[in-house]
Amino acid sequence: MTAEKDRIARQFIETIPHSKALNMRITEIGDGFARIEMPYDERLVGDPQTGVIHGGAVSALMDTTGGAAVMSHPEAPAGTATIDLRIDYMRAAQPGQTIVAEASVYHITRNVAFVRATAMDDDRDRPVASATGAFTVERKS
Amino acid sequence: MSRRQPEPVQVVKQRRDAALHALAGGVPYIQFLGIQFDRRGDELTALLPFRDELIGNPFLPAIHGGVTAAFLEVTAVISLSYQWLWEDVESGELRVEELEAGNLPRLPKTIDFTVDYLRSGLPRDAYARARVTRSGRRYASVQAEAWQDNRDRPMAQATAHFLMPRNDG
Repeated sequence: MTAEKDRIARQFIETIPHSKALNMRITEIGDGFARIEMPYDERLVGDPQTGVIHGGAVSALMDTTGGAAVMSHPEAPAGTATIDLRIDYMRAAQPGQTIVAEASVYHITRNVAFVRATAMDDDRDRPVASATGAFTVERKS
Repeated sequence: MSRRQPEPVQVVKQRRDAALHALAGGVPYIQFLGIQFDRRGDELTALLPFRDELIGNPFLPAIHGGVTAAFLEVTAVISLSYQWLWEDVESGELRVEELEAGNLPRLPKTIDFTVDYLRSGLPRDAYARARVTRSGRRYASVQAEAWQDNRDRPMAQATAHFLMPRNDG
């Protein structure tokens, strides 16, 4: 049952046109947790002098990963939408490296899921960015 | 009375447009999203023409929340930079040739960024404007708002803090 739900969530995320445009790939999902990778891509550069990825692309990755985590939560019956998202940019991601985001639902009510997320490059001990967000819990009607 | 003659309007406009183009035109990610800027005096309006690649929910369909966030962040950082450069652009200290050669001052760095999603983004063009609420030597605070068909019904709003580039050389 859970495996089926995860499959649906994975399929849903991977058919999102913008996630596809950014080459996002789910590497783990289930029980209110998701990990998604976004390979380095020159189209996403925000500072041409250094080749560092634009913060906006990191935001898109964080938002997608947060939404995926909510969808995979056993108490979230259907879809979700972001209510708000705050991202702290701790350092520039190393040019050339894949960015990995991990998100988990740390609290869920009937209507709202509270999510924390972290983005990392190859140096997993020093996150690139961290985020907190609130997402809606859509009910099947 | 040796009052300086005002510059011809096209010279002023050329310099302003060159500054804007140098700021936004050289950033691959801004081109990737297809964001354009409309300039009226010192006011900028960002434009995000809709295309299928921006969709985040194919069933509604709706613009991806990450795209909306990125759109607001781009609007905030370009508006802040443009305002920051404004005096040097106006005085002519920042030369058009330098700008066109891609010799640009560094962009501010985002410290943090908070976005509120107010309405789902429709499959239409979106617009955004930013207001610099504080611009200090080291830190700046910027608010931004995005809307679609109706200016009074924003789709998202954002607050961002930036670390300003060092102004030495």
